[in-house]
Amino acid sequence: MDRVRELASKKAAVIFTKSSCYMCHSITQLFYELGASPAVHELDKDAYGREMEWALRSMGCNPSVPAVFIGGKFVGSSKDVISLHVDGSLKQMLMDAKAIWF
Amino acid sequence: MIVVLFTRIGNQIGKLHHTKYKLQIIQEAGQGKGSSLHHEENINAEGSTIDSFRVSDFGAFDQSYRVEDAVDLSGNSTYNSLKVSNQTISPVSVHISNLGQLPTSLEKSQLTIQTEPHRLQLQKVQSSNPGTILVVNTDNQEESAMADASPRTDISTDLDTDDKNQPYDRNLSVVAVSDSSDRSKDKSDQKTLRRLAQNREAARKSRLRKKAYVQQLESSRLKLTQLEQELQRARQQGIFISSSGDQAHTLSGNGAMQFDAEYARWLEEQNRQINELRAAVNSHASDTELRMIVDGILAHYDEIFRLKGVAAKADVFHLLSGMWKTPAERCFLWLGGFRSSEILKLLVSQLEPLTEQQLMGITNLQQSSQQAEDALSQGMDALQQSLAETLSTGAPASSGSSGNVANYMGQMAMAMGKLGTLEGFIRQADNLRQQTLQQMHRILTTRQSARALLAIHDYFSRLRALSSLWLARPRD
Repeated sequence: MDRVRELASKKAAVIFTKSSCYMCHSITQLFYELGASPAVHELDKDAYGREMEWALRSMGCNPSVPAVFIGGKFVGSSKDVISLHVDGSLKQMLMDAKAIWF
Repeated sequence: MIVVLFTRIGNQIGKLHHTKYKLQIIQEAGQGKGSSLHHEENINAEGSTIDSFRVSDFGAFDQSYRVEDAVDLSGNSTYNSLKVSNQTISPVSVHISNLGQLPTSLEKSQLTIQTEPHRLQLQKVQSSNPGTILVVNTDNQEESAMADASPRTDISTDLDTDDKNQPYDRNLSVVAVSDSSDRSKDKSDQKTLRRLAQNREAARKSRLRKKAYVQQLESSRLKLTQLEQELQRARQQGIFISSSGDQAHTLSGNGAMQFDAEYARWLEEQNRQINELRAAVNSHASDTELRMIVDGILAHYDEIFRLKGVAAKADVFHLLSGMWKTPAERCFLWLGGFRSSEILKLLVSQLEPLTEQQLMGITNLQQSSQQAEDALSQGMDALQQSLAETLSTGAPASSGSSGNVANYMGQMAMAMGKLGTLEGFIRQADNLRQQTLQQMHRILTTRQSARALLAIHDYFSRLRALSSLWLARPRD
């Protein structure tokens, strides 16, 4: 959990993924398209990956990946991100966190 | 006199493809006397045996007979049974022709000629063709065809192969064999009787076996036609049916059919609601009334997305295939449904007048849905590519067979895991559609929303009508 928080606060947009997760690929692509350059951490390549996944799950992230943090705050998984994107909130969050400027 | 000609080729039974051969035994009116029957060894009347003879004509047969019944003869083996009905009585010769797999001559057959008139038995025939047997049994008291359904290459009756020269009964008018005409009738009655009884037994058993076999064939054929009809009917309903038909597929097929039924019901209900909305709009109903109907229609959209979620668990490929939609709709299929960005593009022109803010809102919405669609498509592409890579990795030739199997199973397990993520993609695609509709409703006024929903419905119903027209178009 600490490691999750630590990594999440390091950059404006942070996404936790797994290399085998293709939905993670989609969400990451969406961020790139918006002009944000998120920090992507692959849990299956991390030494503490399993504990981090457990921590994400306990935060209510289901499925555990992709897990999106903007401005250090937990946003949600793919469903939440898409919903926020459609109603324009995602862009606003990114702007507020200075991940993007327009 | 009834001659039953029974042929069996090979060891296998039960192929459903038959080619029919007609065995014709042509009668030639011989003069009856004299030896028109050629044989290589002694022919003994009354139960004695002939080791081989050539069946060209049985000149001495006093009765004529004819093989009438067509015979089912498979490529591998079947049992051919011919029924010969008692026709006329005249001297007869037997000629077996047109047997693709049967020899035109019987060799090494054993012919027993009975003393009693109208009785001819051919036992233990071995042909030069491996596994081909001709058994000729005549018995004027029995009419049914005799066939041996057992998978033996030989049919041997229980007769003793009596090599002793048996006398030939001069009362026998059935077969005239040159040698046998000189024999005396020394054979004991007891032996003859026993042999006759055994023959009858064997014949009876053969008949019963053949009956059972034929019944089995008939029922299988019936079942096959039934299944074909069912398949035809199901295909017409546009349900995708694979040819494998294994258990697992049957289960998923049920999920698909169930969803198709639910979708049909959903469409009906939507038509009803849209008609209600159209009537309200045309009659300039109040905003509150309109809002009620619009909310109802949006809730109804939520319902189909929920149903699709359930169906995605049961049969994701059915949803992805779009077979539950009409052909023209299928043409525009994206991740198991419509593209929200396309719909919004269509609506902008129809929704005017829009305020500045509304126009911007709709444009942004269109752009957002486009971006989300692109992102999901890219994820799908990555999945497809990865799946292809997984399945195309060949096992190195040097590893042992067990290594190959483990490799293959590992491949499959990985591929299975990847396929499992498809459901997630359909889920998010439907989520996108649902969110887009909700957001659109938020941006527009009630009346505009009503017009938008009507426009969306009209567009899809025209696509469906186009599909029907296309399917019904005259073709040369």
